[in-house]
Amino acid sequence: MSRPVLEVSNLGIDFGGLTAVNNLNLEVNEHEIVGLIGPNGAGKTTVFNMLTKVYEPSRGKILLDGKDIEKMNTVEVNKAGVARTFQNIRLFANLSVIDNVKAGMNNHCVYSVFDTLLHTRKRNDSEKAINEKAEELLKIFNLYENRNITASSLPYGAQRRLEIARALATEPKVLLLDEPAAGMNPQETDELMNTIRFVRDKFNICILLIEHDMSLVMNICERIYVLNYGTLLAKGSPDEIKNDERVIKAYLGD
Amino acid sequence: MKNLINDLFGKKNRARTISFLMVIFAYILIEVLTKSIRMSRLFTSLLVPTCCYIILGLSLNLVVGFSGELSLGHAGFMAIGAFTAVCVSGLTSSVITNETLRLMLAVFVGGILSGLFGLIISVPVLKLSGDYLAIVTLAFGQIIKSLITNIYLGFDADSMQFSFVTNELNLNNGKMLLSGPMGATDTAKISNFTSGFVLILITLFIIYSLIDSRYGRAIMAARDNRIAAESIGINISRTKTLAFAISAVLAGLAGALYALNYSTLQPAKFDFNTSILVLVYVVFGGLGNINGTIVATTVLYILPELLRFLKDYRMLIYAIVLIVVMEITNSEKMKQFFDKGKNSIFKKGEDA
Repeated sequence: MSRPVLEVSNLGIDFGGLTAVNNLNLEVNEHEIVGLIGPNGAGKTTVFNMLTKVYEPSRGKILLDGKDIEKMNTVEVNKAGVARTFQNIRLFANLSVIDNVKAGMNNHCVYSVFDTLLHTRKRNDSEKAINEKAEELLKIFNLYENRNITASSLPYGAQRRLEIARALATEPKVLLLDEPAAGMNPQETDELMNTIRFVRDKFNICILLIEHDMSLVMNICERIYVLNYGTLLAKGSPDEIKNDERVIKAYLGD
Repeated sequence: MKNLINDLFGKKNRARTISFLMVIFAYILIEVLTKSIRMSRLFTSLLVPTCCYIILGLSLNLVVGFSGELSLGHAGFMAIGAFTAVCVSGLTSSVITNETLRLMLAVFVGGILSGLFGLIISVPVLKLSGDYLAIVTLAFGQIIKSLITNIYLGFDADSMQFSFVTNELNLNNGKMLLSGPMGATDTAKISNFTSGFVLILITLFIIYSLIDSRYGRAIMAARDNRIAAESIGINISRTKTLAFAISAVLAGLAGALYALNYSTLQPAKFDFNTSILVLVYVVFGGLGNINGTIVATTVLYILPELLRFLKDYRMLIYAIVLIVVMEITNSEKMKQFFDKGKNSIFKKGEDA
């Protein structure tokens, strides 16, 4: 039996009088790709924001590898092993493509300010190592040729891929992808699916993804959670979800 | 050592190579000119201040351009560096007779003390952001100036005496280091153009090393997208503090060099206007553009002096020149023109 990496129980958040998410139970196991779907405004991104502590949950518990992340902030959650992408792309627009990825490795190359100013061997070795690692990551995401241009001048689909590469650079245990295929054409989406599976296997991580492209979700997710009006509507394998009356109703209306 | 040279002059960073070559070339040119032909007093008197303002511009660019926070108080850091250097130089003048050594010590201590102040001030300042942050830096700049305006500091053979607001010091045949609003008087002028040149090189070295490191990437990442930077584990306040403190050190160096170039210096020199002036240089040269800062500072600092023949109309013409150049460089047509020029240069470079 595989071990849960991310366990969420009774998670909820209120904004003033509005309950955006309530009573959410969710888990992501080792080596698993899990989908989180639901109609617009169902609270999917809010869940991501709680998992990464951009929002502080009002209720409930989040366990990462069995450890409660209640007291952590966004930075510490990332250090503990959660990395994410954003629905509305948030790259470092003025940095080069490769520097975006290297920024993600910031906590994995440890040299001090003095090493920086004195150009010590420690600094040079460290920089060389992360340069190689960053280039390798860019090759996986087919961005290597564009590594020296500024991130903002990449086409839309490539920007989404770069965001995933940057998140992976932080060496996470769990990767949260917020609509990774948004704005991609079918061919790009196909490639993306292969890439997602590939990085899952290569880096031995588990992935939780939000997506509206049902072909992608049904294709790569092993389990799916459906969220509606902030509460869990259904969960199960892609086939179960496809045939679930309640899910169809939520998406299509009565 | 070989690594270091590769780091600095490798192909990787063209802008960096240009910066160093530009500064070194300018230095050699000016040295040759001053040695071979007799240059006017006005020209030679402008050399050291220009170096100071270049360093100050680079320092401010680190905060405004690279870290993305508007600071309006950099003259304050310059003042700390300046008056610290005056004190250090005055106190050690009998011990260290070698002027270069004394200058190095004074500049070093000035930079460090200014950096410490930067570190302390950054705690309340960096809790804020945007316009609020700018206004608080402005306030701190004014506080520093006011404090220095009220310090009376002197020493004689037996003791060092300090007084705040009242100027009653019982010096026995001693020397005043700081005399309130009068500032530093009778300072030994030990700055020279070569020291300014060396300090610019050191500043460039520090800034370029910083940018091309994990710290630099973190600083720029935090500027470009705060939420994303946090999501990849970058501690925003720590990176911004680092940028702010290093910038304060550099501003302190600039101030120290500046102060030791004059025999008298009043605290009023380091008011709000000076901060704004340097901000103009930085914006003019382009945010985050180091070469731009160097060129813009040089041109804009020297221009008012060159316009002296206009007499009363001098500052009017200066302001008009500023407006016209800003309008021209920001117009779409000119941008396209420059981009075209850039592309054709790069293409030529690739063919060769």
